[in-house]
This record gives sequence, C-alpha cells and structure tokens, in this order.
Amino acid sequence: MTDAALPSRRRWIGAENALPILAVILMIVAVWYLAAIRMNARWEHDQAARAGVELTLPDLVTLTLTQDRPVLPAPHQVAQGLWDGLAGQAVTSRRSLVWHAWVTLSATLAGFAIGTGAGILLAVGIVHSRSMDQSVMPWAVASQTVPILAIAPMVIVVLASAGITGLLPKAIIAAWLSFFPVLVGMVKGLRTPDAMQLDQMRSWSASRAQVFWRLRLPSSLPYLFASLKVAIAAALVGTIVGELPAGATAGLGARLLSGSYYGQTVQIWAALFAAAFLAAGLVALVSLIERRVLARMGLAR
Amino acid sequence: MSVIEAQRVSLTFQTADGPVHALKDVDLTVGPGEFVSFIGPSGCGKTTFLRSIAALETPTAGTLLVNGIDPDAARRARAYGYVFQAPGLYPWRTISGNISLPLEIMGFSKSDRAERISRVLDLVELSGFGGRFPWQLSGGMQQRASIARALAFDADILLMDEPFGALDEIVRDRLNEALLTLWRKTGKTIGFVTHSIPEAVYLSTKIVVMSPRPGRITRVIDSPLPPDRPLDIRDTPEFIALAHEVREGLREGHGSD
Repeated sequence: MTDAALPSRRRWIGAENALPILAVILMIVAVWYLAAIRMNARWEHDQAARAGVELTLPDLVTLTLTQDRPVLPAPHQVAQGLWDGLAGQAVTSRRSLVWHAWVTLSATLAGFAIGTGAGILLAVGIVHSRSMDQSVMPWAVASQTVPILAIAPMVIVVLASAGITGLLPKAIIAAWLSFFPVLVGMVKGLRTPDAMQLDQMRSWSASRAQVFWRLRLPSSLPYLFASLKVAIAAALVGTIVGELPAGATAGLGARLLSGSYYGQTVQIWAALFAAAFLAAGLVALVSLIERRVLARMGLAR
Repeated sequence: MSVIEAQRVSLTFQTADGPVHALKDVDLTVGPGEFVSFIGPSGCGKTTFLRSIAALETPTAGTLLVNGIDPDAARRARAYGYVFQAPGLYPWRTISGNISLPLEIMGFSKSDRAERISRVLDLVELSGFGGRFPWQLSGGMQQRASIARALAFDADILLMDEPFGALDEIVRDRLNEALLTLWRKTGKTIGFVTHSIPEAVYLSTKIVVMSPRPGRITRVIDSPLPPDRPLDIRDTPEFIALAHEVREGLREGHGSD
C-alpha cells in the first residue's frame, strides 16, 4: 500500500500505450469504412442500373460515403452529425444534442440516486435481518430477469394514467436497472469485515449501529464504488429505454426513435455516440471520486 | 479475590463430524497482577479458553467467573482489553483514531479520549506516531498500537491471543521485553496465549500447559523467576530448567503423537 505515495504510478495514457490504442482505433475506423462502402453499395448499384450507367470503383466509394440516408453512415458523417448536434445549434434548440443529452442526463441522475438509495437500504436490511436476506434477494434477482423493454412501457403508461409524466417515470425505469448492482455490491461489501474484526467490536460491547457506522459501512466502500460504476451506466440505459415508448419527444432515446422513424441513420448514430460519451463521462466521474475517496481512506488497491 | 476463576469448565462444539471437546473440566485460578501464559499444541483449547474469559465463547458446562461476575457482565463492565493475533487497525483511521475507536464506542468525552490516547501511546512507546496511518508503521509498531488500543479504557485484564505470532523473532524479543515493562508499570493481569516455550517462560509468572483431545490443562507451573527479567535471563540455568519442565509437560500431555 505504500506505493500509493509513489509519483511513478501512471494515471493517464502514456506514450508507450498511446500507440496500440491509436492502432486499434484506426483499425476500427478502417473496418467501418469498408463496411459502409459494402453495405451502402447495393442502393448505388440499383440506382446505376436504373439509370443505365456503369459505376467505377472510385465513383462507388465517393457515392457510398456521401449518401443522405445510408444503411451504415461513414465515420466522418457520424462525426459531422455529432458536431452539428453538439455545436451547430443553440443548446436550447430541439435539434441540439446537448439539450437532448441534458434531458436524458437529468433523468439518469435522478434514477441513479433513487436506485443507489434503494440498493443501499435493501442491502443494509439484508445484512441485518435473516428474514430479509431470504425474502428480498429472490425478488431482486427476479426483477432483473424481466426484460426492461417489457417493463418500461407499462411503467410509463401506469404512471401517465396517474398523472405522472416527464422525468419521474424514466427515473424509475433507470432506478429499476441501477439498484441491483448496488444491492449485490453492498451486501458483499457490508459483509467484508472478518470474524476477528467483529469479535473485536464485540469485545468493546459495540451496538449493531456502532458496528455498522464505524466498521461495516467504511469497509464496504470499495464494493460500493465498483457497483456504482455499473449502476450509473445501467441507469443511462434504463433512461434511454424509458424514452423509447409512448412517443417521447425529448432525450437521446427520443432522438434514436425519431431517427429510425424517418430513416435518419446519421441522427441515430450521432445520438448513439452521444449516449456512449455520456456513459463514459459518467463512469469516469464515478472512478475519479472513487480514487479520491479510497486513497484518502487507505483502501486503494 | 481472584481475577479469573474456572471450575470444571467444559466447552463442546457440535460439528458435522460429531462433538468436539474443545475444553474439558478446566480448573484454574488467576490472581490479580499475574502474568499467565497458555501454551500447548493447536487444538488444545488455549484460544477457546481465552475467548471464553472474554465472553466470545460460552462454556457448555462448569462455572467461569471474571472479577467475580460472569464473563458477559464483565465484558460490559470493561473488565478486559483483548489483543488479537492481527493488529486489526482500520486503514482509514490514524493510529490515534484507531485507539480512539473503543473509547468512542464506550462514550468517553473528547477531551478524555485525547488524554487517554496520549497516555497509552506513551506506554507503548509510540508517542509522535498518533497522526500516522497504520500502513506507515511496521508490523511490530502496528501490534503495539493495537495493545495501546486495548489499554486505553483502563481494563484491569489484558487478554492476548498470540499477539506476536506473526512477527519475526527479533521484533518479537523486543516486544516481549516491552510487554514485561508495561506489565510491571501497570500491574495488569495478563492472559497470554502462545505456542512458543521461550516466550511463555520469559514472560509469565504462571505457565498453564494444555493438551488436545479433549482440550485440558495438564500442568500449571509457577515461575520462580524474578519479576525483573533482562533478555539474557534466558541463558540462566533457572530459565533453562523451567523451559525443560514446560517441554516435559507438553510431551506428557501429547502422548505418543
């Protein structure tokens, strides 16, 4: 653990692993371009046949990579779409990806908060009560085996009939997905103190509450953070799924849906990438907090 | 009044392979200020007996009294401090914070805690290390901190379960010497589990030799050594004779094993 203080521990991408990462990215982009040419070629061939012209290879390449509604948009088209969505619009515009991302993000964070709270509370109950241990866990597992795509419309419809629309229904679907990793991680984490540590507490006649606050909770933090990273990504997925049904008009999920209605594949891909970057950013933020907290607590591994 | 009084104490664990007699008809009386070592091969019940004194196990038969009351009540009256084989310090607390832990649990005031922490740090010669974190200290220093923690709430009895078992011999010698000094200074009653004959002979006023299957006391040896013991007392004929007696006791309890 003493090496935590050493400055040599590398936090960021160094020169020696930038090269392989770059190579992999280049490879993916190359494969993507080839796939785009191949998948978009049929339409161009059909067009050419109808017009009775012969397509040369350079023509084919240019045409397949500049279609308006390609089967698979080329990377530069997606990048262009993403850039337009992020920077080309006022952030309050309905066409702005920033605005849609914010709608999704707010529901994600609300759902993440609800899910994390529920997961921690259930874990505390499970660790302290044998009957909860046996009764809650099977239901929690069962809740995750139901496809979220089946649950989401029901939640939206039921809540809408109760007059609840907007952020909360989506947050509940996000919480549905995100409470589970927190629950599993916290049950494990709260049970990490070993027999000796518990005996030690007993030798001081500590109450259950004292054992919880002073030993179990701090010991569980590494597990909590590991599951928070899974949970926040799951919350984002849940929110996007929650934006798909019932004709939502705002959020990255709505962007995906309207893109598929109108065959705007570039819009779909741009929204997908926006969602991916959002997820990466959220997970990175949790990781940053994790590193700070665990280093401070001497729990960094 | 005796500090620890055991009469025909037995403890049987029910396991899948049938009952295990961890302790059988153990009789022992320990007076105030004594340094008692429990020595024997593994499975002889020495740790189980120490844990019974601490009310971490409950005997299935016989009477066991600590300070004249039953062990559970004695624990609530803060009769003993328990030192485990591993220091068990919390990495997120400083050394002072770790010593403060039982004091917080027991409800000592903040100023009282600070005063006690500096006193016990002094006692285990760790003054100046209160602000450090456990990982910044060596294994021996960590174990001393855990002894300080066990001393902080002024229990009359110190129960130690192979506290130096995980340390190397040089550190162990130093800690043994420091423990004797501490014992003379504080006058506490100490119960000490070990499997090292020299350690038991060097430290104790009373050596309890135990043997397994069933766990029982085979010999109780009162040490003729003076309370003031420099490390080189281990080369004197008295020490060697005593060590020999303990070894004999272990052998006869062990039978043909």
